[in-house]
Amino acid sequence: MNKILTIITRTFLVGCAIIFAIPFLWMFLTSLKPAADIYTMPLAFFGSRIAWSNYYDAWTFLPFSRFLFNSFFIATSVMVLVVITSSLAAYAFARIIWRGRDALFLLYLGTLMIPAQVTVIPLYLLMNTLGWRNTYLSLILPVSFSAFGTFLLRQFFLTIPYEIEESGRIDGCNPFMLYARIIMPMSTPALATLGIFTFIGQWKNFLWPLIVISRDELKTITLGLQMFVGQYATEWSVLMAAATLAIVPSIIIFIVFQRHLVSGIALTGMGGR
Amino acid sequence: MKLRIADRRNIRNTLTAFAFLVPNIVGFLVFTALPVFASLGISFFDWPLLGDIRFIGLKNYRYLLFEDPQFWSVFFNTVYYSFGYVTVNIILAMSLAIWLTSRYAWKPTFFRAIFFVPVVTPLVATSMIWRWIYNPEYGLINLILKKIGIEGIRWLGSAEWAMPAIIIMSVWQGFGYNMVIFIAGIQGVPRTLLEAAVVDGAGSWRRFWKVLLPLISPSLFFATVMTIISSFQVFDQTLIMTGGGPGNATNTMVLYLYQTGFSFFKFGYASSIAWTLFAIIFLLTMAQMKFQKEWVHYE
Repeated sequence: MNKILTIITRTFLVGCAIIFAIPFLWMFLTSLKPAADIYTMPLAFFGSRIAWSNYYDAWTFLPFSRFLFNSFFIATSVMVLVVITSSLAAYAFARIIWRGRDALFLLYLGTLMIPAQVTVIPLYLLMNTLGWRNTYLSLILPVSFSAFGTFLLRQFFLTIPYEIEESGRIDGCNPFMLYARIIMPMSTPALATLGIFTFIGQWKNFLWPLIVISRDELKTITLGLQMFVGQYATEWSVLMAAATLAIVPSIIIFIVFQRHLVSGIALTGMGGR
Repeated sequence: MKLRIADRRNIRNTLTAFAFLVPNIVGFLVFTALPVFASLGISFFDWPLLGDIRFIGLKNYRYLLFEDPQFWSVFFNTVYYSFGYVTVNIILAMSLAIWLTSRYAWKPTFFRAIFFVPVVTPLVATSMIWRWIYNPEYGLINLILKKIGIEGIRWLGSAEWAMPAIIIMSVWQGFGYNMVIFIAGIQGVPRTLLEAAVVDGAGSWRRFWKVLLPLISPSLFFATVMTIISSFQVFDQTLIMTGGGPGNATNTMVLYLYQTGFSFFKFGYASSIAWTLFAIIFLLTMAQMKFQKEWVHYE
């Protein structure tokens, strides 16, 4: 009886997973079909031949490599800046005792509830005034100071025992050396989690680039995909090739850093109490 | 004398803390705190891209709430989306989390990964995939329906089905995040408590409602609050999949904000939409905070 139950639940789970994966599988299968076969043999898994040329078309029709580079460059820069600025602030909130600390930290936490869209109009006007529209700066700087990152790292720094820092202090370390040589090396898991979250967030970012970028050579991958939708409206095989190219980096990052992502969600999820 | 040393240390600590905080605080003030208040200020103006900027007091809000023919339908679309998305998301995430942590679980890390992958992929890309799947003539769903003899639906082209279609796609994309939160929550529950309930003869249904759910209620609360906040900000899907159509059927608050601000360049009016959105999210979150005493148990 138990055996039958096991088989039923497993079959059901596998079924769920397959249905769940179908959009990605269908994307990939479509991306390999010659354009005409999409309409002549729509339900077939494969077309009359494997059309890798769709990937060539997707790659060359628009400056796709440029979009990928832009997204990669921006996501990496933001990631580095967020990790540096958040860890410095988190150190002050977690390891130094000073007046007004808790009040300021509450203010930081409070801003987590503010939808980012509220700031979009003033930020656009600011970028306009500074002449930063259509620059990398406008895509990097406004998103490089994270209240969420400060919160996440503070939670982690609090778990490091004070004795370790104390011994450094006796050896004559100043606060910055304590931060750089003791706290930071001990926090690599949390720093990695924050870094990956930030990178993925930027890789997915759409609204803000859409607002400040109009020149093709500065467009990110999400803006590039949107251009494809506009220009290739019905050539689904090329569109799906482009979507695959945008999704593959996400999946690689996910496979490599899965553990960090999951533990990070658990850490912040539980920290929400 | 003693006091003076303590004072001096206080001052030194404050200065040190300040040095650590400066980079973050300056950025935070310029790019988050000031824009939030600036946006409130701008919402009291008639502020076009070119031409005169005029102070008009509360007129933007009055027009938005009482005269704008679009706003209320946009608002109800967003509520519809939010309600559907949050409900299905939480139920699905909770069911799979319970399953993947139960004794019937099989290769839980592998299946967790499968369900989580869409979370890290760009919504613009997945919106393209689903547009293709929902295609009325050649989309996968209607082809399969036709095969088994059911007349297909026009999905994104139908005023009735476009929003459910977007909700289905969004749940597919997003529920893996909450599933991971719930798995972590369930794994934090002491085994002994659940076993004690088994010894007491509680069936699995009662064990869920009376033991497990109260114990993971903090995770459930956190996930619900965050999911509601993010659901009110839906944008990428509606822009790419329907552009708010057909008609106005899937136009949502952030999409309307975007159109007002960056297609029509009415910055003042767009800011009043932004602050209305903020107010709604704020009130909803406060209401949940108040209501949580009724059902969330912290040890």
